[in-house]
Amino acid sequence: MHRLFFLAGLFATLAHAQDVPLPSPEPKPIPVASGAAGKNYLNISLDGLIAVGASTEPDVPGLETGGHDPAQRGFTVQNVEVVFDGAVDPYFRGQANVVLQVDADGNTNVELEEAYAVTTSLPKGLQVKAGQYLTEFGRINPTHPHSWDFVDQPLVSGRMFGGDGLRSVGARVSWLMPAPFYSELMLSAQNAKGETATSFGGVEGDVMFGRPLDPDDVKSMGDLLYVPRYAASFDIGDTQTMVVGASAAFGPNGTGAGADTSIYGIDALWKWKSARADKGFPFVKVQGEAMSRRYDAAATPLLPEETFDDHGGYLQAVWGIKPMWTLGARYDRVGGDVGDDPLDPAFQPRERASLEGTWYPTEYSKLRLQYAYDDRTGLKDAHSVWLQFEFLLGAHAAHKF
Amino acid sequence: MTSLLLALKVVATTPEYGAIATAIGGDQVKVTTLAKPTEDPHFVDAKPSHIVALSKADVLIEGGADLEAGWLPPLLEGARNAKINAGGPGRVRASEGIQLLDVPQVLDRSLGDLHAAGNPHFMMDPGNAKIVADHVCDVFCKLDAGSCSAYEKNRDAFNATLAAKMGEWSKALAPFQGKPVVTYHPTWRYFAARFGLVSDVYLEPKPGIPPSPPHLAEVMQKMTEQKIGVVLVEPFQSRKTAEAVAQRTGATVVDVCQFPGGLPGTGDYLALLDADVKAIASALGK
Repeated sequence: MHRLFFLAGLFATLAHAQDVPLPSPEPKPIPVASGAAGKNYLNISLDGLIAVGASTEPDVPGLETGGHDPAQRGFTVQNVEVVFDGAVDPYFRGQANVVLQVDADGNTNVELEEAYAVTTSLPKGLQVKAGQYLTEFGRINPTHPHSWDFVDQPLVSGRMFGGDGLRSVGARVSWLMPAPFYSELMLSAQNAKGETATSFGGVEGDVMFGRPLDPDDVKSMGDLLYVPRYAASFDIGDTQTMVVGASAAFGPNGTGAGADTSIYGIDALWKWKSARADKGFPFVKVQGEAMSRRYDAAATPLLPEETFDDHGGYLQAVWGIKPMWTLGARYDRVGGDVGDDPLDPAFQPRERASLEGTWYPTEYSKLRLQYAYDDRTGLKDAHSVWLQFEFLLGAHAAHKF
Repeated sequence: MTSLLLALKVVATTPEYGAIATAIGGDQVKVTTLAKPTEDPHFVDAKPSHIVALSKADVLIEGGADLEAGWLPPLLEGARNAKINAGGPGRVRASEGIQLLDVPQVLDRSLGDLHAAGNPHFMMDPGNAKIVADHVCDVFCKLDAGSCSAYEKNRDAFNATLAAKMGEWSKALAPFQGKPVVTYHPTWRYFAARFGLVSDVYLEPKPGIPPSPPHLAEVMQKMTEQKIGVVLVEPFQSRKTAEAVAQRTGATVVDVCQFPGGLPGTGDYLALLDADVKAIASALGK
């Protein structure tokens, strides 16, 4: 009996599969189109990002600074992201990104990366976003790993924002200014502690610049993290676009009462895309970010009050050679004060050069090969090669520029 | 002539809607088009300058059949303009009231990049242009009642010319009833259905999937068997691939476009169809 059903089902499937490429004279509406945009209240997608590779450095987590970067020689499940999004009502759009990861011991971890609502129709160019979200600081931080041009995050992201980027629960107001060119001002207020606010409150027991952290609870408005950002964009002729931005993040840090951190960043993107682009190719884009951090560490019984300054940045270029093929190069650099534990490798100056080539069989999958050379102070140079594979199911929300 | 400050600000996702908005709105509207006529409309960059245009728009004309799904949603979120949000007074879904072809029975991406709503290239049937022109005129009239008679006059003129042209185009293509053409992508299905041509051989093995050598071999075999002598290619599609196929089968490559402005002398919708019909009829007549 079961077999009969199975055969009938199979036959029906085959019959449908043959129907599809043929012209259908009387198109019928689809009764249920699961996950399709506009056919459901909720769009669902799943994105899998898997890497395999090797490095001359056995301590891969010491080499790669991102929580979604390759974590070991051999295979890594970098990021399996389930995204839910849709219109809440005429006033809000909602989105949640739930990330699953398999760690080196084979345990699965779940992270609520983002879960927020954003207004869609406030007057005067205003927009409010509230919930858990990736802070809009610079270009890389607010984006998810699968939209990056490289296998791993830039070193400066790891240095300033830790493995998981700067994100927290809070609210953001944005104003799209009534200018003839794109000009947007944003201000975010978010909780300042936890593993996704490493430069600020951080996690109790973690160490920053050689000092242990013991973040305070929120007692006043001054205990929150504030992130202003301004971005402007203009087109140069018909085929070139420039976006420039400046961001800052201010908040208390976990070294003691009254200790604050300030991070400043500038970013720029220039993109050329052919007027006869086929699937968006060919194109050339150049993107860079630079950040500097001022970390005021409170006095401890053993150490004086002290200020640490460090900085970093990256510059990358990606060439979309022809439809579905890209080549890219990135240079990373971080440096500055190393703090009170001169042996902690996390605060040493370092540089990295990466080369990547990507083939997108379609916009729903990609295969990326990347080579990186790491030059780290006090540690051996490292050569790494990673192959990354991505697959995407469902109606994934389109990306911002 | 209305002053620019009072003019309705219209944004069109792709150039054929922009052309129709201009034909109906005349001097009373200021039209901005997001996609370039020469680029692949499935992959337009969600540029910040588009957000600015949308934030100021009174009217947005979109296809509404998923063609813009990869780039319009983030632009609209950035634009935060209630007038043109879904259900807003200025939102025009061009596909409304149009019977779409090729609606997939199952949604399965192993069959290529299917559009759940159906084939979104419906404006290649000039019969559908009338439906869109009527729709656009209604929305313009609602938002700018003072200029309604001008819009209606322009609409009537557009529809009258369209009807006359339709006769000319049908006559030009009448000798080629049932003739097959090869196209790169299923862009010309509505055009073929309107004018009695057959379009079911594509250089793409599946919608959105780039041509592969085994598939092209199959296409060339079909071209020989069915005596297909015409390969249509658009500005952004690989002319090299079309030429290679045409050369080996003795066919002609014809430059056509689905968007006004994509070929020289195709400034408006009617001129575009004129050029497409002329090019296709002349190639089929060879």
